[in-house]
Amino acid sequence: MNLTIYVWRQKDAKDAGGFEKYTDECKGISEHMSFLEMLDVVNDRLTEKGKMPIAFDSDCREGICGTCSMVINGRPHGPWKATTTCQLHMRAFKDGDVIYIEPWRSKAFPVIQDLIVDRKAFDTIIQAGGYISTNCGSAPDANSMLIGKEVSDSAMDAAACIGCGACVAACPNSSAMLFTAAKLAHMNTLPQGKPEEAQRTLSMVGAMDSAGFGNCSNHLECEAACPKEISGQVIAAMNRGYAKASFGKR
Amino acid sequence: MNWFGRYLKSSVGAKHVMAVTGLLLVGFVLQHMVGNLQVFAGQEAINAYAAGLKKLGPLLWVARIGLIVIFLVHIASALRLVSLNRAARPVAYKMVKSERSSFASRAMAMSGLILLAFLAFHLLHFTLGGGPLKTQFNLIDAYGRHDVYNMVVLGFQKPAVAISYVVAMLLLCLHLSHGVTSLFQSLGLNHPKYNGIFNLAGPVIATLVLVGNCSMPIAVLAGLVKATV
Ligand code: FES
Repeated sequence: MNLTIYVWRQKDAKDAGGFEKYTDECKGISEHMSFLEMLDVVNDRLTEKGKMPIAFDSDCREGICGTCSMVINGRPHGPWKATTTCQLHMRAFKDGDVIYIEPWRSKAFPVIQDLIVDRKAFDTIIQAGGYISTNCGSAPDANSMLIGKEVSDSAMDAAACIGCGACVAACPNSSAMLFTAAKLAHMNTLPQGKPEEAQRTLSMVGAMDSAGFGNCSNHLECEAACPKEISGQVIAAMNRGYAKASFGKR
Repeated sequence: MNWFGRYLKSSVGAKHVMAVTGLLLVGFVLQHMVGNLQVFAGQEAINAYAAGLKKLGPLLWVARIGLIVIFLVHIASALRLVSLNRAARPVAYKMVKSERSSFASRAMAMSGLILLAFLAFHLLHFTLGGGPLKTQFNLIDAYGRHDVYNMVVLGFQKPAVAISYVVAMLLLCLHLSHGVTSLFQSLGLNHPKYNGIFNLAGPVIATLVLVGNCSMPIAVLAGLVKATV
């Protein structure tokens, strides 16, 4: 298929940036290619012409690392549900389509180059409490700690978060609540995480707020955009947990 | 008290502030509507109700000041959040495709601000007695009470006034349809067993308020409720 793509090109963090249109480079694209393979082809052709290839992030190319962030025609990770950009295939498009490709837009995720943004803000949130520092014992101790199936399932659902940032990109307010709440739900649900629950909740919400993300007003665009389909229910749990921690913790 | 300030200022605490003040304001809107609907029971009923409210004296002032404080907190907090949210996305997207959010949820700030302007007009109109209603505001009924009944009826007989109320109520309906449903999530109430009720609560309460409040100007315009002076 032949496509027209408009890609956000920005030399570095200081550059104002703008859209660049490509048509010749997007001719004869196979519908079996992934979206990133399509960009690889475009980049090869740009390189042959002596032009700067489009900078984008990718690593695993199988939907688990969360680096392949880009907004495709107004949707983070493109039009398919529960898919990352690397899992999106060109059969989602048809011959003659026009595709706009933009980086995540958020003050907390500054653009490094073209489609690559700096997601350090997420690391800061994790550093604030996204870990367990109590001694959980060795392997046999894990077997002696009984955890109900429903509890472990809900913790696992939250743990599916790959930290890609699509929630922030999709949120009209640039809020990072789905990410932070997923991490909190993942750890606070399990007995190993319980002893530090209150401190973890206060610290991670605090880190999220100071990183410059917006505030949640319950649009739930995050839930719709999440490639791992994490439910907005984790945000409600964080809303409860934060009040409990604020009022209850000494 | 350090922790309490931090809690209120945090993104999650701010949600709770919006939800709790919003809940109280919805309570006020509903009781205000029920009180006003007595206009259908005739002049005696609503004038007696209004006189009864006035008789509360200092208690009425406590309620009024409480209401004003709740309003101010709701508005100030909303404005702070909107400006923070704007700042959080300095460069806008070229293309945005909304999937889950509703028109109502995206228009909260707009509907809220227009409602604030309407509120100023409404207070001037029926509480302070200025604006297009000046002459009807000082009416006294046969028992020497403030004649609320004729004030309202004569006020709504002006089509422009009646229509402005209907338009404001459409905006209020929009605001409540997201606001009421949203406050459950903000307060941490999200459970598959009850989400059906939470999701219905917003649209149902918003529609009740729309129908109830619009019934008055429409009945007056249609000549179903007539002035007695
Ligand atoms: S490249 Fe790893 S999730 Fe897409």
